[in-house]
Amino acid sequence: MELKPLIQVEEISFGYTEENVLSDISFTIKKGEIVTLLGPNGCGKSTLIKIMLGLLRPAGGDIFFNGKNIQQMSSKSLAREVAYVPQLHKSSFPYTVRDVVLMGRIPHKAFFFQYSKADMEIAADALGRLSISHLADRAYTEISGGERQLTLIARALAQGAKTFIMDEPASGLDYGNQMRLLDQIIKLSREGYTFIKSTHSPEHALWIADRAIMIKNGALMADGKCDEVISSKNLFHLYNARVNVLKLNRSLRVCVPQTICGCTEFAHSPLPPCELGEPISCSAVRGG
Amino acid sequence: MKRNLLFPALIFLLVLTVAFSMTLGRYPLALSDIAGFFLFKIFGAGSMEFERYNLLGSLLLDIRMPRILAAILIGASLAVAGSAFQAMFVNPLVSPSLLGVLAGASFGAALGMVFFKSWVAVQVATFLFGFLAVLVSVGIARMHKGNTLLLLVLGGVISSALFTSLLSVIKYIADPYNQLPAITQWLMGGLSLVDGKILLTAGIPQAASIILVCLFSGYLNALSMGDEEARALGISVEWIRMLLIFLATLMSALTVVLAGMIGWVGLIIPHITRMLVGPNNKVVIPASALIGAIYLIVVDDVSRMLFNVEIPIGITTSLIGIPFFAIILRKAKKGWN
Repeated sequence: MELKPLIQVEEISFGYTEENVLSDISFTIKKGEIVTLLGPNGCGKSTLIKIMLGLLRPAGGDIFFNGKNIQQMSSKSLAREVAYVPQLHKSSFPYTVRDVVLMGRIPHKAFFFQYSKADMEIAADALGRLSISHLADRAYTEISGGERQLTLIARALAQGAKTFIMDEPASGLDYGNQMRLLDQIIKLSREGYTFIKSTHSPEHALWIADRAIMIKNGALMADGKCDEVISSKNLFHLYNARVNVLKLNRSLRVCVPQTICGCTEFAHSPLPPCELGEPISCSAVRGG
Repeated sequence: MKRNLLFPALIFLLVLTVAFSMTLGRYPLALSDIAGFFLFKIFGAGSMEFERYNLLGSLLLDIRMPRILAAILIGASLAVAGSAFQAMFVNPLVSPSLLGVLAGASFGAALGMVFFKSWVAVQVATFLFGFLAVLVSVGIARMHKGNTLLLLVLGGVISSALFTSLLSVIKYIADPYNQLPAITQWLMGGLSLVDGKILLTAGIPQAASIILVCLFSGYLNALSMGDEEARALGISVEWIRMLLIFLATLMSALTVVLAGMIGWVGLIIPHITRMLVGPNNKVVIPASALIGAIYLIVVDDVSRMLFNVEIPIGITTSLIGIPFFAIILRKAKKGWN
């Protein structure tokens, strides 16, 4: 483990109008970590992501990548360190998957540029690493949502950045594609890539993330290991939803709504009663 | 079509169109006449009489060449400006007139025709007001905070409407016997007033901006993915967008200076191009320049040959372009979603 953090977020605040959307957010991220940002709609997750990508200027505070303040980095050199994997979207023009991945080479090119043979190889390699080489000549608009998301990750790889910032990467994907996406994230994090992703699904965080950062009303609510932070209590505070976090075995936890997991009689209590319990077998969950 | 064959094929087609168009006119020529004339001009070798070379010289070099060159420049400019705008504004339905350049230039031309005596002044006014209209659009977009693209489009709508109304004012106060018909005809477009001098003045900046946009075309794919994504790819979006708007405005305003209002080219040609070569803007931009050039030469041939009287080219581009567009629409839709 490196001593120096890869990313330092220091006292970030931001406001679109007078009111602050984010206030005094600080955390650090180490190389190779998978960090999940959790929070209700409108809590400031996306704003924080945009600030970390240098797309928005914070009203106060600084962000350092490898010790360099991003405000002092050119957008090109920042793009060589951090790649953005946006939410599932459709392009208006049916570029081929290869053309989309090639866009990732732009931060490495001069002002007027032609893609070189080396760029082509890097793009092909990125597609290969995500096992989607067969899509290279397909139109980006005609492949499935999961394949589009993998294409955008391939573009991030081609960009040469070691940190990927993802805005709800799994939203809009079907179940199988969500699993395949999470698999790829795990695989790449083992290779040393760092992931910061926002999600609406705490389960995804429990499955693959090392760390969860919870943001509520623009302020840091909790930051820590997923197992510790993603608790019934915190989820209630964060989402105002009654959820039990159950321990399936030593390393795996799942979230189950109280109305389903059999704790309905406590549903009206101010705080969820079922904190982390003893290891529960699946049949026990079903039986309530 | 194979990409390495595409550009040679298009250039060959362009040369063929130019050669064929040289033969057309009141005084029809054979291809052999044209070949003979240029062989004589370049190598000094030929078998025709001196008189005939003189005739061919004035016919080809003074009358037909400038017209064909103007058609090439105008077609390429409108097509490139249209392709660049469609990618940049992430909307396959926009045309070079989006930010008001054509409305502004029309107003400038009309203003010039009513208040200034010299044709040069008319041309200068055309150019300046074309730019002014785009500045108004950009200014309106800058006044407000928010989604820049949307604001630019709205600014364009406002600016176009403003200069269209101002044009009406000029038409209303214009002398209805001489000035009004002149304005109306100019706004329908026509290549008959093109001469060597204006061709040189307008053509060089036009050709330069076409080349520059081709060089910038590598950014257009990324720009069409949306501002945030493009910026996260390290692109200085605002800067490049303003540069592209400047270049597109320059070349579009100059088309009005050369030949009045010519509609539809900037909308249709990008679609036809994407249908032929796919959506990658690195190919679309130069290919649309060539296809736009070929298209406008052909349309100009139709304009001057179809009837005894020349039809304004703005009318022909619309009358040929619109049905054609309607027919290919289904196929063209493959180029966008």
